Amino acid sequence: MSVLVGKHTRVLIQGLGRTGSFHTDKAIAFGTGMVGAVHPSKAGTTARFNGATDHSGVPGRADTYDVELPIFRSVGEAVSATGANASVVYVPPPFAADAIMEAATAGVPLVVCITEGIPVADMVVVKRFLEGRQTRLVGPNCPGVITPAECKIGIMPGYIHQPGRIGVVSRSGTLTYEAVHQLTQAGLGQTTAIGIGGDPVNGTNFVDCLDLFNDDPATDGVIMIGEIGGTAEEDAAEWISAHMTKPVAGFIAGTTAPPGKRMGHAGAIISGGKGTAAAKIAALTGVGVTMAQTPTDMGSAMVQALGASHS
Amino acid sequence: MKVHEYQAKELMAARGIAVPNGQVAMTVDEAVAAVRPLIEQSGNPVVVVKSQIHAGGRGKGRFREHPDVGGVSVVTDGIEGGPEAAEERVRELADAMLGSTLVTVQTGPEGKTVNRLYIEQGISIERELYVSVVLDRATSHNVVMASAEGGTEIEVVAEETPEKILRTEIDPAFGLLDFQAADLAAGLGLSGDAARNGVRFLQALTQAAVDLDSDLVEINPLVVTTDGGVMALDGKMSFDPNALFRHPNIAALQDVTEEDAAELEASAAGLSFIKLDGEIGCMVNGAGLAMATMDIIKYVGGDPANFLDVGGGADAEQIATAFTIITKDPNVKGIFVNIFGGIMRCDTIATGIVSAVTEVGLEVPLVVRLEGTNVELGKQILDESELAVVSASDMKDGAEKILELAK
Repeated sequence: MSVLVGKHTRVLIQGLGRTGSFHTDKAIAFGTGMVGAVHPSKAGTTARFNGATDHSGVPGRADTYDVELPIFRSVGEAVSATGANASVVYVPPPFAADAIMEAATAGVPLVVCITEGIPVADMVVVKRFLEGRQTRLVGPNCPGVITPAECKIGIMPGYIHQPGRIGVVSRSGTLTYEAVHQLTQAGLGQTTAIGIGGDPVNGTNFVDCLDLFNDDPATDGVIMIGEIGGTAEEDAAEWISAHMTKPVAGFIAGTTAPPGKRMGHAGAIISGGKGTAAAKIAALTGVGVTMAQTPTDMGSAMVQALGASHS
Repeated sequence: MKVHEYQAKELMAARGIAVPNGQVAMTVDEAVAAVRPLIEQSGNPVVVVKSQIHAGGRGKGRFREHPDVGGVSVVTDGIEGGPEAAEERVRELADAMLGSTLVTVQTGPEGKTVNRLYIEQGISIERELYVSVVLDRATSHNVVMASAEGGTEIEVVAEETPEKILRTEIDPAFGLLDFQAADLAAGLGLSGDAARNGVRFLQALTQAAVDLDSDLVEINPLVVTTDGGVMALDGKMSFDPNALFRHPNIAALQDVTEEDAAELEASAAGLSFIKLDGEIGCMVNGAGLAMATMDIIKYVGGDPANFLDVGGGADAEQIATAFTIITKDPNVKGIFVNIFGGIMRCDTIATGIVSAVTEVGLEVPLVVRLEGTNVELGKQILDESELAVVSASDMKDGAEKILELAK
């Protein structure tokens, strides 16, 4: 089992430019069910991807792939023709918000937006647009969602993952890889890893993911990785205290970040004493989350949290 | 992106938001020349000389070279002496202020050089209020915050008497509705002309915030004048850098003298760099990992010299630029490169480091931690380069090693 994505996921690519093509190729090599692309200027043509899979030598898995994806003018046309139930957005920032709303209008249940640098005001509109609709948005400005050995939607390196029992949810891309790598080394593996993105306005938040992992029978514990800015981690702590039945380990980046400075992620800014790392760590520790002191200790914090929950 | 007060006021005035008349001045003569027209237009013999820097607390700030001069000076000489007296005083002030260093609570002890002045008409103030428009991340909606306690530090009001701050959420589909603006005006104690002007002001201000992609608009004080006018006596606006592509007129307002030279150079190269005060330079891919790298340096007892995120798709040339920027900082006693290559390949990083070191030389210790895609190839490139690079097995190991070597 897993959350959000798996073998059943049929993925559409929105924005088949250089970046979109590169990651589509990697996703197919990983074994993801990619079914088509939306790119108006190339509508009616196809895109071919071939090479060696990530699974050469694995019994029961193909060694090579050769896939020809149809390209459509609109998401609506693509969904009708392919039965896609997820889309991944690589559309450039000025047009990304529109792409998300188009996918939602076409009824795509899961939209993962990788694009970095979307204006905040655009995301405010997107968020309002999604109210009352059935579409779940993950991101933007995120690495994506992956269920090891089943489905990879996004830009994360597939090979560091391993099927297993831990859910990962993070605001930071490379820190997700760090956590995933440590879980793989510790032999725990991952059920699903979700990058929710570093922007101040995003689709899916920590609480949504904790809720999904809490209900997933295959997930035994969760690592959540937060950073300074906003109150998403504090909200998560409150939710954990009221609902979470599984052990949670955590890490917060930005203890040393100076106030008022924007640290790469638009979300990572401390203002007026709000959203500090200290406040977030205190809130999570207070509800029993095992906090890693350094990012090197995320895997061992998870091991410790699992151990504590059995005693 | 921040802009100066006078620039914010020009943007506001263009959208029908009431602001006092004023004139920017880069020289003493320009400052003096602004005085007479302002007095004639307004009929008020008082003018105000305001330092234009990207930091708050200007009113209480003092010039290092002229401790008796404040960052904002009200010139009343014109009341008795006429425009000539006002001009003479403005000349003295401008002469002292331009090119001098203004130190305020927000500039830090090093202060900021004042290169621009704003000469503004005097206003007969009845009340001072506060209003701001900012994103509430919890709801993903903009909120208007307003208070009758203007002119003071709003953080103090929020801390000590939170009930004195009014808060109204704006639905992005509809903007600030008439009744919401009326409620705010009533809550601020406005009535009659002032209430009508207040409603108009608030609606224009919130619409401007959305239309201009402003991530912060703060008017403190918002003043009610003795004749029932409502206007922005001060104005702070900053803009979402990701939205500047659709506002070339605002992008053009950037005052590069207010920005750190290294940060500008990095930004031009597509890197995210912030200068800090420590001695360990950092080069990392990913904002979260970059912050975590600073944290771990601090954790093992050091101090980071910078935040530097080279992003997910940097090429060897960008890596070289990043390296050059770090080594320019004289405080840097050691460099820690921490890369978890996902999309970014470790061999690209290694090639960039080798070419940068070959080009600019390396006078401080360098510790490199590589993990992820093509890690073996990356390590091989570093080994074969015969550079004095120390490898680290993980982040903590790297932080400890660079701290030891930088001693």
